[in-house]
Amino acid sequence: MSSEPDTAIRARGLGKTYLLRGGNGRSTTLGEAVSRFAIGRKRGAIREFAALEDVSFDIRQGEAFGIVGRNGAGKSTLLKILGRISRPSRGRVEIWGRVGSLLEVGAGFHPELTGRENIFLNGAMLGMTRREIQGKFDSIVDFSETGEFLDTPVKRYSSGMYVRLAFAVAAHLEPDILLVDEVLAVGDAQFQKKCLGKMREVSRNDGRTVLFVSHNMGAVTALTSRSIFLDSGRVAAIGPTPEVVRAYLARQAETPMEWSAREKSAHPVQILSLRMLDREGNVAGEFEAADGFTVELGYEVRNPARNTLVEFFIHTADGVHLVTCGDHDADPERYALRQPGEYVARVTLPGNLLNVGAYILRINSGTHHATYDHEDALWFRIAESSRLTSRHNRRGLVLPMLPWITEHRP
Amino acid sequence: MTTPSTPATASRRRTVIEPPRAWEGLGLRACAEHRDLLGAFAMRDIRLRYRQTALGIAWVVLQPLLGAGLFAFVFGKVARLGSHGVPYFVFSFAGLLGWTLFANVIAKAGSVMIQNAGVITKIYFPRILLPLSAMLSSLVDFAIGLGVMAILLVTAHIGVAPRILLFPVWIAMLLVLALGCGLIAGALGVKYRDVPYITPVLLQFLIYGSPVGYGMMDVPARLQHWLWLNPVSAPLEACRWSLLGIGELNARALGYSAIIAVAVLGIGAWLFNWLESSFADVI
Repeated sequence: MSSEPDTAIRARGLGKTYLLRGGNGRSTTLGEAVSRFAIGRKRGAIREFAALEDVSFDIRQGEAFGIVGRNGAGKSTLLKILGRISRPSRGRVEIWGRVGSLLEVGAGFHPELTGRENIFLNGAMLGMTRREIQGKFDSIVDFSETGEFLDTPVKRYSSGMYVRLAFAVAAHLEPDILLVDEVLAVGDAQFQKKCLGKMREVSRNDGRTVLFVSHNMGAVTALTSRSIFLDSGRVAAIGPTPEVVRAYLARQAETPMEWSAREKSAHPVQILSLRMLDREGNVAGEFEAADGFTVELGYEVRNPARNTLVEFFIHTADGVHLVTCGDHDADPERYALRQPGEYVARVTLPGNLLNVGAYILRINSGTHHATYDHEDALWFRIAESSRLTSRHNRRGLVLPMLPWITEHRP
Repeated sequence: MTTPSTPATASRRRTVIEPPRAWEGLGLRACAEHRDLLGAFAMRDIRLRYRQTALGIAWVVLQPLLGAGLFAFVFGKVARLGSHGVPYFVFSFAGLLGWTLFANVIAKAGSVMIQNAGVITKIYFPRILLPLSAMLSSLVDFAIGLGVMAILLVTAHIGVAPRILLFPVWIAMLLVLALGCGLIAGALGVKYRDVPYITPVLLQFLIYGSPVGYGMMDVPARLQHWLWLNPVSAPLEACRWSLLGIGELNARALGYSAIIAVAVLGIGAWLFNWLESSFADVI
């Protein structure tokens, strides 16, 4: 097998297919499987879902490489394959060097164990020997700024401390290749900056390879030189990061303005359609910041359903969860019991709420224990055409118009 | 690989990731790289157990003592079985010692995958380390039980004889069988969520079909053949023989148990290996 001498990762024709068994065709208990076998009942229709399809790329050693795409585009699946957590269905990856993955901050931390104990446990999980961890222990503690709480169970840590400690352990693994997934979505801004700095240092100064998945285009642009844009499991663009980010943003703009369910599910409740209306009642994908917009959800209840949620979330393009809103807000009885039938629920969000930018409308239905629908259904933009000059280009997630009272004493 | 231009490349190990095959190999290299993780998992298990329960380490001592007391009452006092020259309590404790190890390994190895679902979907390591660590932490409990046994041997004026030297052999047989069963239960448990609940129930039944609370010689001759078919019988009986000098060293039954144990371990390793590549996707 020949290779470029400085290749870190080479992927060829990578594909991952999940088998989804429709309806009640899936045995999740041995009892079910045995009775199914005994009765000879056929399994439900098996549906294939391609999470990744024919993905090929090369990453050089020491390169900082970004992976962008919407939720469900296959980014996490790709990282899981590269991190040897999940196996591909097709294709092949060759990796030169030790891989360290940070797919979720604090995965492998046990809440009952102390910070010190978790450093050793987590370090061992990430592939460090006890001796290695001992050698880096002080440096890990320094970086995480949790020194005085080392012998406190981490369940008493604040989420910020938890994240700092977890990142510190992973960052000190000193792998040849570091895989990082959305880690920066948590933690305070100052620590995010520190993490980014550490990753930059790892890739530029130490010549290590960094793969970075993020919704935050700013962070991807700042950190990586080349990127891949995944769309529905396929490579939509690959190349220098600024070009890939442009392609990603352009794709967002051309997304459809209406969404409908691809097929009927077997759940008691299913969201069938979603659209957004402007002030005049026209279907639209871009709204005036001062005007607000209406979200219209169509859903079907098949059996009397108790304690069910039918709701939508609004996320920013960077992945910040801004709003959760369901049609039982106005009528708690509807949460308690929904009678069979079709429903159309509308809610109008006021103007001067969301700031200018791109947003994701995610639908969600289910109970507090089970999820029926969960999908990034639509993208939309909030724009400002009238441009009240004084309010133009305001920073912040929300754009409230507040009743200022200003007294003037000449 | 062709001639690398930098020395760094030469030292960098090449990993190939491909779709799963029927047999993945034992993964000994990966296990060696993660060698310290086995101990770390076992330490976590032990720490948590002794930290979270109010009785802590006392519980590990109390559990077999209570069990032995119960057996001494039921079989010794109620059913009036002979205790063959030692207190019935000591007699049943000697039986429980090996049994508890056997049952703990299976129960823990059977549930350890599910308990670590969050780690399995986020971090790569050889999955086999989880059931192995379950075995390791069960051995710690066993060591404590062994200490209690030693105290009982002294206080009951029984002492030890050279036959004790064979004791590790019987324990090894039990461990091989238990690890095999544990691997099967653990691998199936990922896919079928009721397996971790069924396993302890099956073990509860099996304890009465094994010479734990009673001895083989207390069983009517016509039933003995059937009981020897239980692969746990011969090593458990042999454990008691090594500790107390009571019971039968049935060479044929021991040979049979050894063959079954190795076969079950083989099946367990194969099944675990086969399902391992899909753990992260189904768990």
